[in-house]
Amino acid sequence: MLRYIIRRVLWAIPILIGVSIVSFFIIQLPPGNYLTALMASMRATGESVDMSQLQTLSERYGLDEPMIVQYWKWISGIVLRGDFGQSFLYTRPVSDLLWERLGLTFILAFTSMIFVWLIAFPIGVYSAVRKYSIGDYVMTFVGFIGLATPNFLIALILMYVSFTVFGQSAGGLFSPQYLDAPWSWAKFADMMSKIWIPVVVIGTAGTAALIRIMRANMLDELPKTYVDAARARGLSGAHAVTKYPLRVALNPFVSRIGWELPELISGATITAIVLSLPTTGPLLLEALLAQDMYLAGSFIMMLSVLTVIGTLISDLLLAWLDPRIRQGVVG
Amino acid sequence: MRQIPMREPDTLLEVRDLATHFFTDEGVVRAVDGASFDIPRGKTLCIVGESGSGKSVMARAVMGLTRAPGRVVGGSVLWCPDQDGQATDLATLHGNSRAYRAIRGPEIGMIFQEPMAALSPVHTIGTQLAESVRSRHAVSKRETRERGIEALARVGIPEPAARYDQYGFELSGGMRQRAMIAMALAAEPKLLIADEPTTALDVTTQAGILDLILDLQSETGMTVMFITHDLGVVAEIADSVAVMYLGRVVEHADVDTAFHAPAHPYTEALLRALPSIHAKTGERLAAIPGMVPHPFARPAGCAFHPRCHRFRPGLCETREPENVPVAPGHGARCLLLKPARKAAAE
Ligand SMILES: Nc1ncnc2c1ncn2[C@@H]1O[C@H](COP(=O)(O)OP(=O)(O)O)[C@@H](O)[C@H]1O
Ligand SMILES: [Mg+2]
Repeated sequence: MLRYIIRRVLWAIPILIGVSIVSFFIIQLPPGNYLTALMASMRATGESVDMSQLQTLSERYGLDEPMIVQYWKWISGIVLRGDFGQSFLYTRPVSDLLWERLGLTFILAFTSMIFVWLIAFPIGVYSAVRKYSIGDYVMTFVGFIGLATPNFLIALILMYVSFTVFGQSAGGLFSPQYLDAPWSWAKFADMMSKIWIPVVVIGTAGTAALIRIMRANMLDELPKTYVDAARARGLSGAHAVTKYPLRVALNPFVSRIGWELPELISGATITAIVLSLPTTGPLLLEALLAQDMYLAGSFIMMLSVLTVIGTLISDLLLAWLDPRIRQGVVG
Repeated sequence: MRQIPMREPDTLLEVRDLATHFFTDEGVVRAVDGASFDIPRGKTLCIVGESGSGKSVMARAVMGLTRAPGRVVGGSVLWCPDQDGQATDLATLHGNSRAYRAIRGPEIGMIFQEPMAALSPVHTIGTQLAESVRSRHAVSKRETRERGIEALARVGIPEPAARYDQYGFELSGGMRQRAMIAMALAAEPKLLIADEPTTALDVTTQAGILDLILDLQSETGMTVMFITHDLGVVAEIADSVAVMYLGRVVEHADVDTAFHAPAHPYTEALLRALPSIHAKTGERLAAIPGMVPHPFARPAGCAFHPRCHRFRPGLCETREPENVPVAPGHGARCLLLKPARKAAAE
């Protein structure tokens, strides 16, 4: 087991290096660079260009130097000093913007994931065990509606309901008085009172998808002989089902965590814009539109890093759950 | 549970006209359709028949483990655990009822055909074995483990304590099947149903497993219902034989009669398909002309008539044969047979 973990963790290192190279390449793709764009915009607004300031920036990022040197300056800044560069758009260090947004995004994504699991798991199992029952059909129907409804529509409906029924404006994650306040229990409680709308919006499609997956996994396992063998040893039907096929059906479920994490973080952009959530999605979109390359590149890199970490977590969970993987029989 | 007096107090299990049908989208599959046999206490009954004759479906019906879309639609499964001659009709119990669960495991154990498929891929042997131990004895965790390891040792598994914590896929085929036998036997059942327990194994391993079952039977006095399509195995272990064809028992006799004076042409054909009665195990029944028809296309009259070497036109395809008692303890379903008493009177 330990060897497996070490091997998996070591494997993540070259992948992360590759990811950083690709991210850097992406931020270099637009013609010109951050400084020429900055100069152009300063000239356009009639500001005088401070050549010495440009010179320091140019040296700091090595903008006149070869790509490889630039990459090295960028990545060593990130790895050694946590310096992701400067946002052209906000004229603030990218790291300031990044961590705040990423933190809230993570909270939202994590809450959504728990929501999705809590709902999808029991319903999926129920739908499989009671295949073709009325309950199964109802869940399937509701699930497909959830899948087919665009998130922004659900978001608009919930905002409307929240406003007319609860008299609460549903935008954002915080009430105005807490927006810039430091973290406190009151701020946390305020966030929790607002977070359910984005959680429901983001989670609906995922819940519907996961119900189908859980149902299919269970249907694969339920007819297996080992379930009957357990019943032949005197276990009740319900006990045999929860002890055996549920455990096996969990594996494909867990392996999804890897790509669910980044999907939850980047996939909710439209929802985040509609609900004006202070998460990464809208900012990344903004950065890409404005060619704010260090901001965009850093976000892309962090999302990729999250993907790698998510995959690593699900691999380790899988190994913990499945002895065949742990011992290298499969996978 | 209603108690029914048995006709023969020495009988542990009496199956009468058992029928399991599968209600599929394509139609009703009459997988078992009026099967009757009985097993005396402490004896071994072999159920033989080609693949698809309904042996496994019948075994599951006895265990109360019939799978949807299948349902036991008729007949009785009289279970008489004590010598007092009072029986319970298992066919009237719901498969998931408390009463049935109290019987599965501690009263009737089952070994499935594929040992790999019958073991969970993500649970240890011990986890599964422990259920069996606890179905019989309410003992502590430590004692459960000790008894489980003991059960593994008894079926001849080397290093049983290490095997207890291993997974099914880490064991060889023979060891897996031994582990399955250990699981069934750890609950000390009165009846062991073994559904082709040696089919997936090589000849040497097969012989080892058969010896093991025979040893354990003489040790514990348990009754065995052994399903096989291998007549070599039958010759080795059976006290009596029930031959199944398309969901029915077409002949039921003690082992000597079945081998030396079979009454049903199907049994004759099975025996002729066997190169030699003394042949080693592992021979498949292949040489009967034609194939087992699908239960959808059950031939009219006697279902075996299209393949029968004694086929009599005008008779065999027109009437369904009843069970004819050709001698005490020997019956066969063939229209050409005459009952023992009538035959003597003529
Ligand atoms: N789930 C099922 N649905 C439909 N038919 C089935 C099902 N299970 C078994 N059968 C049918 O029952 C018949 C007997 O099967 P089985 O008892 O497995 O035969 P055997 O064990 O003698 O080889 C077969 O014709 C098979 O097609
Ligand atoms: Mg079978």
